[in-house]
Amino acid sequence: MSVTVAHTLDEALELLAATPSATVLAGGTDLMVELNMGHRRTDAVVCVNRVGELRSWRHDPGTDTLRIGAAITYAELMDAPLAGFSPALAQAARTVGSPQIRNAATIGGNVGTASPAGDGLPVLRALDAVVHLASTAGTRDVPFAEFATGPKRTVVQPGELITGVTIPVLNGFQGYSKVGVRNAMVIATASACLAVDTNGHTVRLALGSVGPVILRAPEAETIAVQAADFEAGTIDPEAIPAFAAAAAAAARPIDDHRSTAAYRRRAIEVLSRRLLTRAFPAPTPGASS
Amino acid sequence: MSATTATTTTTTTTTTTGAPVTGRLGDSPVRPDGIAKVQGSFAFSGDLSADGSLWGATLRSPHPYARIVSIDLSGAWAINGVEAVVTAEDVPGKPTYGLIDQDQPVFASEYVRYVGEPVAAVAANHPETCRRALAAIRVEYEVLEPLTDPERAADGTFPPIHPNGNVFRHQRIVRGDTEATGEVVVESDYEIGMQDQAFLGLEAALAIPDPGGEGVELYVATQWLHEDRGQIAACLDLPAEKVRLTLGGVGGAFGAREDISLQVHTCLLALRTGRPVRIAYSREESFLGHVHRHPARIWMRHHATRDGKIVKIEARIVMDGGAYASTSSAVLINAVTHMQGPYKCENAVVDGWAVRTNHLPCGAMRGFGVVQACFAHEGQMDRLAAACGLDPVEIRLRNAMETGDRLITGQVIENVAPVRECILETAALPLPDEPVGGHDGDPMRLPGGAGLTADRSHIRRGIGWGVAIKNLMYSEGFDDFSTARVTLRDGVASLKFATAEVGQGFVTLAGQIARSVLGVDDVVLEPIDTTVGSAGSTSASRQTWMSGGAVDGACRLVREQLFAHVGAQHGVDPLRLAIDGRDVVDTMGDLCVPVAQATAGLVFEDTFEHHHRPTEELDENGQGNCHTAFAFVAHRAVVDVDPELGLVKVVQIATAQDVGRALNPLSVIGQIEGGIAQGVGLAVMEEIVQIDGRVRNANFTDYLLPTFLDMPDVVATLIEHPDPMAPLGAKGVGEPPCISSTPAVVAAIRDAIGKDLTRTPVRPSDIVF
Amino acid sequence: MSDTTAAVPTTGSNQMYVLHVNGVDHEIRDAWLGESLLYVLRERLGLMGSKGACEQGECGSCSVLVDDELVCGCLVLAASATGQRIVTIEGVAPVGAPSDVQQAFVDAGAVQCGFCTPGLIMATHALLDRSPEPTEYEIREELSGNVCRCTGYGRIIEAVQRVAVARRGGAA
Repeated sequence: MSVTVAHTLDEALELLAATPSATVLAGGTDLMVELNMGHRRTDAVVCVNRVGELRSWRHDPGTDTLRIGAAITYAELMDAPLAGFSPALAQAARTVGSPQIRNAATIGGNVGTASPAGDGLPVLRALDAVVHLASTAGTRDVPFAEFATGPKRTVVQPGELITGVTIPVLNGFQGYSKVGVRNAMVIATASACLAVDTNGHTVRLALGSVGPVILRAPEAETIAVQAADFEAGTIDPEAIPAFAAAAAAAARPIDDHRSTAAYRRRAIEVLSRRLLTRAFPAPTPGASS
Repeated sequence: MSATTATTTTTTTTTTTGAPVTGRLGDSPVRPDGIAKVQGSFAFSGDLSADGSLWGATLRSPHPYARIVSIDLSGAWAINGVEAVVTAEDVPGKPTYGLIDQDQPVFASEYVRYVGEPVAAVAANHPETCRRALAAIRVEYEVLEPLTDPERAADGTFPPIHPNGNVFRHQRIVRGDTEATGEVVVESDYEIGMQDQAFLGLEAALAIPDPGGEGVELYVATQWLHEDRGQIAACLDLPAEKVRLTLGGVGGAFGAREDISLQVHTCLLALRTGRPVRIAYSREESFLGHVHRHPARIWMRHHATRDGKIVKIEARIVMDGGAYASTSSAVLINAVTHMQGPYKCENAVVDGWAVRTNHLPCGAMRGFGVVQACFAHEGQMDRLAAACGLDPVEIRLRNAMETGDRLITGQVIENVAPVRECILETAALPLPDEPVGGHDGDPMRLPGGAGLTADRSHIRRGIGWGVAIKNLMYSEGFDDFSTARVTLRDGVASLKFATAEVGQGFVTLAGQIARSVLGVDDVVLEPIDTTVGSAGSTSASRQTWMSGGAVDGACRLVREQLFAHVGAQHGVDPLRLAIDGRDVVDTMGDLCVPVAQATAGLVFEDTFEHHHRPTEELDENGQGNCHTAFAFVAHRAVVDVDPELGLVKVVQIATAQDVGRALNPLSVIGQIEGGIAQGVGLAVMEEIVQIDGRVRNANFTDYLLPTFLDMPDVVATLIEHPDPMAPLGAKGVGEPPCISSTPAVVAAIRDAIGKDLTRTPVRPSDIVF
Repeated sequence: MSDTTAAVPTTGSNQMYVLHVNGVDHEIRDAWLGESLLYVLRERLGLMGSKGACEQGECGSCSVLVDDELVCGCLVLAASATGQRIVTIEGVAPVGAPSDVQQAFVDAGAVQCGFCTPGLIMATHALLDRSPEPTEYEIREELSGNVCRCTGYGRIIEAVQRVAVARRGGAA
């Protein structure tokens, strides 16, 4: 077994090219659990959480996008200045594990593990994030929607490294809600991210822990867009139940030891309704609430 | 030994002459092991190692019920670094152990009866080598249909899964007029899930073989050193004196360390290899490797008068004891004999079964059968209140038990029984002054916390009550005792006992007793081991009473020696002498000799065994004075509930507890707050989930313990009426906090949502649907 | 220390690495490289103060500082922590001379079995270094990664608040 700490991106990619079967270690919060439990064995580990290029972020004012290096931690995403670019990502970050976990866990690791319950992932899905991959052969960008192919399965090829994600900085409400049985350190039973793009007149709703991958709820989104007055920040209250019902219909939950499919579907309905109400708090004049 | 044993601690209090002795009974001196614990230098059992020690590990059954066809160990032996591989064939003595019935195999031989049952063990040079060796052992199983429905064990419709049958014990209680009826009748089914003790300090032990393998020394975190020794010696076929146990630092216990887990395995591997062996369980293994709180199903019917006085109770209880007996029969007796709760009741018909299934074995956990009974009787009291148009406090006051009342077993409550006072004092505690969500709007105050699932408008607040009676110490004729030896030398008292310090603070209390009785500042605690008589178990809220009584008794014997000596020296009748501060004084004269001076160069020593009064077995109708003593407690819970998502935030627990006398008020508060945390856990999140006999959440990701953000504020009143039956006037305080806090929280949730809830823990889906 | 020679032949490595712990460099030789920092601290360096209770980051008992960040030692691959400053409970204060946080835990009754305590001490120092006057809910959130099974947390919150008060000069 070998363990190598990479300090530059080139170094990391060279190591992965030399040993394509190597395991990439970022914050360690997923991988180390598997190693400690004996659920995974590996011959080579490449540590990337000190790679300078992955530890940086950049806001591009021209495109108004934020590129977040893969080794940015959830503790960093929770606080200024990064929290200002995506409030929903900051909210999701605050629900990740514990302070100790957030200090170590990286957004790249969260993306790479591709758990349906990954706390940051509904935000990336709602924002139509792009995942950046690199290898010694070059780089490629993959829409987040196409990145995960199933629970903990992704399009990452041997020798490839997740270098970061890019999200748009939207003008409009963003909210993340997560249901767990405990008030800290809990895996999501169901989660949802709602993001409104006031300029583009879109409403995006992404759902976590209710399918093999993070889901969008396109019918619900359409209902919301049709019922919303983006300039006034209002929505036809009668559309809200329909929106919530469509969100619940989009979920594909299962029964497991953490909860039931029926509960998860209901939770999505409630979270979606509450998020939409937060997004459009002002009632339409004359409408009953 | 590279680590010193955890339990040798010295307390020194530097005081100026003339100042009163501090750290006496009624004070709250700090723990003698406190500084070591905060600095990380206190040695827990998992921190102990010895030169050349090997690691041990256990192979466990993957099946809830199966016949072992064959075991092939060759793969494990082939791994470099493996020093021993043992199975049932290698157990030299008794093949089974157990606290009451010895039916649990050291290693499964013919059948495995639960997922996690030990099948083999290895010793090797590294934990990873052990893991690989275990993976290389080939066991062929013939998988059998598991017994997973305790009702089928109770009703006899499932073939026996063990030669001793599927019923550990059936006990009926019949009292008074069984035909009595009331104007008001309420009934319901209740269900209690399987709770885990989830102490943080995982099972760990170090065994050091004697040269020649004639004996073994075991450092282990346990609740009862002498009982462990007896069971280990029998399995190893060694005389008891050849098995010497020393308490390794104990990282919590709560009942889970009362049974044998890794003790025999560790010793056996050490004797096999002739080298020290350490075993340290992982969290998953800990869930599989110790007994748990019994899941129970209870049907209960109350008959009452129109004004809410209980006329008769009826109950049927089935407790799932899992695959082996452990203490199931005693847990059942506690459940059936506490079914009336702390309420007057003349007539009763109660039927209880503790049964064997292919689930994880169950045994002792804080509350010991009374938690289950209390969840049902308190649910019933709220039903009765509703049926009679009374509020929850009034219905309980009208029925509150008093000293002199009889249990449904016919036993008279002779202890102080301030049930009414517990309820009234709890009711007098202030309700939370902040509104839902608090004044600062911190989302962490709402159900769902950082998940931002709710706004204030979604939340409903509820208030609920729970009141409990709990027996203290052991029952049914067991001659329960504890031993202490005290040596007074040069003004310093040395205390020797085998009382397991598991975090509760007996090490603090023991010093307080010695200072109070002997007028000394300095108390030395000798190692806690088997070189002195048994202290009994640190369980059943018994050590303050039992070992406190033993230390107190030994100190008094030594004080008599001291008075005799001082009296002889000064020509004063020893009966006139007393301790005042640090001095021996003549109560009828002006003699005053400092204890330190009187004992200079001298040694006074004595040993005392404290026994509590005898108890009886129950007869076939469940009648008899089976319990020793009782304590009482009331809880009031305030919860905020999100009815649409089923999320709960417990806001406050108020409690008044009958403690007899608070010997160390800070420790009592610690027991109350800690016990309530476990009660809250059982109310809203803690449950081992087994599906088809397989545990689905044997880890801290999915077995959820309350965190800082789940634990409410606790406001507490200590009800102090020293109990004349207790050696120090103090009742045990460990268990009551976790008994009625659970039904109080569940009642508060019911109150918030206006819906019936009959199962604990309450799951979000139980609230939503 | 008893385990310095306990390499696993099938997985052992000749790769030596250096850990900088509590101000001292330690060479780690013949170790299985899959070991967590928690394991290496305890079993190879004899620093038993960090405790393991879950090995999956759900209890906080193994909390240590790595380059000033509070993390779970069980989730750090030891061989990846080369060149980083590691501080454990043993590095907080000399034996017998407890820090203000350590003393407050003892005085306030925040210690029962004590197994969670070293991790909580690490987390409390980290909290108070960053936020000298935390609100009650800030304390609850910042310490929520540290599970205690004995105390119900009340006395721990009390201990943290006592330190905060004392550090700003004792004014309530």
